[in-house]
Amino acid sequence: MPSALPDGEPVPDDGSLPLHALTGAAARPLGFYLHVPYCASRCGYCDFNTYTASELRGSGGTLASRDNYAETLVEEIRLARKALGDDPRPVETVFVGGGTPTLLPAADLVRMLAALRDEFGLAPDAEITTEANPDSVDPRYLAELREGGFNRVSFGMQSARRHVLRVLDRTHTPGRPEACVAEARAAGFDHVNLDLIYGTPGESDGDWHASLEAALEAGPDHVSAYALIVEEGTQLARRIRRGEVPMTDDDVHADRYLIAEQRLSEAGFTWYEVSNWAASEAGRCRHNELYWRGADWWGAGPGAHSHVGGVRWWNVKHPGAYAQALGEGRSPGAGRELLSDEDRRVERILLELRLADGCPLGLLAPAGAQAAQRALADGLLQPDPYGQGRAVLTLRGRLLADAVVRDLVD
Amino acid sequence: MPAIPTNVPEPSRTDPALIRNFCIIAHIDHGKSTLADRMLQLTGVVEQRQMRAQYLDRMDIERERGITIKSQAVRLPWAPTPAEGGEGESATHVLNMIDTPGHVDFTYEVSRSLAACEGCILLVDAAQGIEAQTLANLYLAMEHDLTIIPVLNKIDLPAAQPEKFAAELAHLIGCDPSDVLKVSAKTGEGVDALLDKVVAEVPPPVGVADAPARAMIFDSVYDSYRGVVTYVRVVDGRLNKRERIRMMSTGAAHELLEIGVSAPEMTAADGLGVGEVGYIITGVKDVRQSKVGDTITSFAKGAEKPLGGYKDPKPMVFSGLYPLDGSDYPELREALDKLQLNDAALVYEPETSAALGFGFRVGFLGLLHLDVVRERLEREFGLDLIATAPNVVYGVTMEDGTEHTVTNPSEFPSGKIAEVREPVVRATLLAPSEFIGAIMELCQSRRGSLLGMDYLSEDRVELRYTLPLAEIVFDFFDALKSKTRGYASLDYEPTGEQLADLVKVDILMNGDKVDAFSAITHKDKAYAYGVRLVGKLRELIPRQNFEVPIQAAIGSRVIARETVRAIRKDVLAKCYGGDISRKRKLLEKQKEGKKRMKMVGSVEVPQEAFIAVLSSDSDGGGDAKAKK
Repeated sequence: MPSALPDGEPVPDDGSLPLHALTGAAARPLGFYLHVPYCASRCGYCDFNTYTASELRGSGGTLASRDNYAETLVEEIRLARKALGDDPRPVETVFVGGGTPTLLPAADLVRMLAALRDEFGLAPDAEITTEANPDSVDPRYLAELREGGFNRVSFGMQSARRHVLRVLDRTHTPGRPEACVAEARAAGFDHVNLDLIYGTPGESDGDWHASLEAALEAGPDHVSAYALIVEEGTQLARRIRRGEVPMTDDDVHADRYLIAEQRLSEAGFTWYEVSNWAASEAGRCRHNELYWRGADWWGAGPGAHSHVGGVRWWNVKHPGAYAQALGEGRSPGAGRELLSDEDRRVERILLELRLADGCPLGLLAPAGAQAAQRALADGLLQPDPYGQGRAVLTLRGRLLADAVVRDLVD
Repeated sequence: MPAIPTNVPEPSRTDPALIRNFCIIAHIDHGKSTLADRMLQLTGVVEQRQMRAQYLDRMDIERERGITIKSQAVRLPWAPTPAEGGEGESATHVLNMIDTPGHVDFTYEVSRSLAACEGCILLVDAAQGIEAQTLANLYLAMEHDLTIIPVLNKIDLPAAQPEKFAAELAHLIGCDPSDVLKVSAKTGEGVDALLDKVVAEVPPPVGVADAPARAMIFDSVYDSYRGVVTYVRVVDGRLNKRERIRMMSTGAAHELLEIGVSAPEMTAADGLGVGEVGYIITGVKDVRQSKVGDTITSFAKGAEKPLGGYKDPKPMVFSGLYPLDGSDYPELREALDKLQLNDAALVYEPETSAALGFGFRVGFLGLLHLDVVRERLEREFGLDLIATAPNVVYGVTMEDGTEHTVTNPSEFPSGKIAEVREPVVRATLLAPSEFIGAIMELCQSRRGSLLGMDYLSEDRVELRYTLPLAEIVFDFFDALKSKTRGYASLDYEPTGEQLADLVKVDILMNGDKVDAFSAITHKDKAYAYGVRLVGKLRELIPRQNFEVPIQAAIGSRVIARETVRAIRKDVLAKCYGGDISRKRKLLEKQKEGKKRMKMVGSVEVPQEAFIAVLSSDSDGGGDAKAKK
């Protein structure tokens, strides 16, 4: 079951933004997130907005299917163009996520990207990523994407161990993601990411080591390692509640994180965000950095979230309702919130503290500044950046980032 | 149904020979309020359509718990049914039914109510038999030389055993089992016969009509519209409306703004004469100016000697009350001030706890009193409270001769102590005889010493123990109930002090003493207490950024230790995509949770931990066992 949307005020039918949202926009990068809400099957741990039916209908009868999905999404890109008016910015980053984007024909993904190019223009060095399922790509598919303008691909590897993949309901076989990396390289992709998940019930330290080894062996320039979060309403949560699989202890998560940090840094990777490591500055995912740095992005697709100049909004979740709205020429926005100055200050601390660059101490109120001093004394913040006016987490601090944030936002 | 009596004597002009003052002694649930309801209906003072269940119980808590906290008196007219073959109508009598509080904590108030009566109805559930509190009140009534009318109620119940319990009552009172009346307050069966019996057997009041007025206060109730309403029984002389009166314990003078009787609504009268029961209003706003047990006389040519038996209420049990939200402190103070208007036994003074912030150390007559006060504070004043574990008052003499009275365990003196004294009670326990072993075991484990044992009937037994009060306020009721499947009942009365080998156990969290958890226990039990509490705390304290040792110590000697391991991970390492709103909402929620933490030194302790540790020790014991 997908997680619930926040409450908010309604989004205008034409998707237009308050004037202030575009003030000073030229100085901020603009990105696009394109959501593909289809999967062949739902993984037990997943609470993302995705559907396994290939055809869904809106309440007004509009058909949303995988076949016409790209067309529908392009409608939203056109709506975005109107809503952003004469905003002159080209698109700096594009990220196609899901769901399983590669469940659509490569041509559909290319077509969405082409719409962005037509409506907004792409910056010369734009980062164009798609997520890919190791099961649903082959060399031809990857070549087609590369030809269509994609230059970064992110594979959901999760684990190198069959029994771990089974608990996660992942259908690919061990070794396949690593092969995908080689195929992507052969197709001419500059940047390749592997997503890993640690702390799956039944995973041992040894399994985790093996997954890291296998990932590094494949030669990506980016690794994301996420702790398995058991979300309410998922199949996995039900299995844990019924006692079918054990819940992983937080201390085990901490151990696995330390293992990841050690193994990845030995291999020349550097963390730049709590869950993200890159082999070089160029290997960082610039699109993700937009999120963490409060830049502007338009999220297109059912349930996608957007942020432009202090306005956050989110689309209706159901592909049928989404297609229905666009079919009637309305914005698919379900709700939005206009952030206050204090909201934005809190968000900056919340988001930037997760980055290796940290957040400026100048953002902190007096109580938060005192808390930062204590965090420094407790070894949760690094002394050198602190001296230069930035709060940057130590390794132990990264594991306790949420606790540090709670104190620093005071 | 008998006709409503005619020629009802008027207040202030009632011949004492026609007056019967009586009360009802009964255990909770044995049907006292229902019987009172039935009497109100039979005597016609409350019309059928106005009748509601438990008419006389005014407070919500009273009606819900089925107990009476404050007493009240109702004037009922009753013309006894003429004897078989008798002629004409008999004279209409005035029955003053004086309600008594039904609980051990209010023994003093009970004794004052009894002192206002010449007779009492001993009401016992025909399916359950007499209970310890009822027995204690029965003994009190006997000490006051009251005429006892034994009555079995609920004879309509299938489980009723009227013969068995009639024999038990007869044995206790020393009457014949056939003298025990059998009624059903629910159906009304036998209630008219009971009223006849009250007229026939309870002696009329005797007093000196032309002596200076002397009236005893047996209850004092604060009413937000009328100020304090004081219930009195006139012993000698007469009180007149608009007269100036004097409280004999304090000498304070007041104007009688109103005098009258409850019938059952307050009805003004010209005055009250010998033997009459009614109320007075003087305009005072605080029940402490009109104290239960005091004697009222006329200001001019008043009596010289007060009626006997007046005592100042003495708190026996103390607990710290703290608002969950520190900013509610002024509201708590105001609420206590208001409750005190109606509760002369409630005492409190401000105290500060390092762990709980600003609050009050509150003294109570006993555990029920504590419960009732806390519940009223929460319900009527909307306060969320943390109450520290109840404790008794200790007397401590140091080797250098200085004396301390300790009402808060954290203030127990350190240094060279010569002796410690603790209050003891005489406890009476009634139970089916199969539970004798369990009760003896319990009392022994609570440092009790057996005073005696009697069989009330073939299979019911009365045990008498001396027990430290501290052992009873802990979790004795719960333990007794669970060991006897709820069949045992308990009553106790304070009997003085005893020397005891007591120590203070402190709880330290990360090296800081948590004053709210300090306890005074017997030396032999200190270890068990310490182990239990630190074990419980280890489960309740969330992991912090650093390791938190939790220790129990006597002075500087650590007797138990547990460790809450440092938290190692507190970060959502998940791909959230662009849903930053959700992330911020989550942070806001966590911040709310943090606000509900109390800082103990550098340790964040959730309020729930305090409540869990302080609220019920018996649960804690049970939990610990279940987990092992």
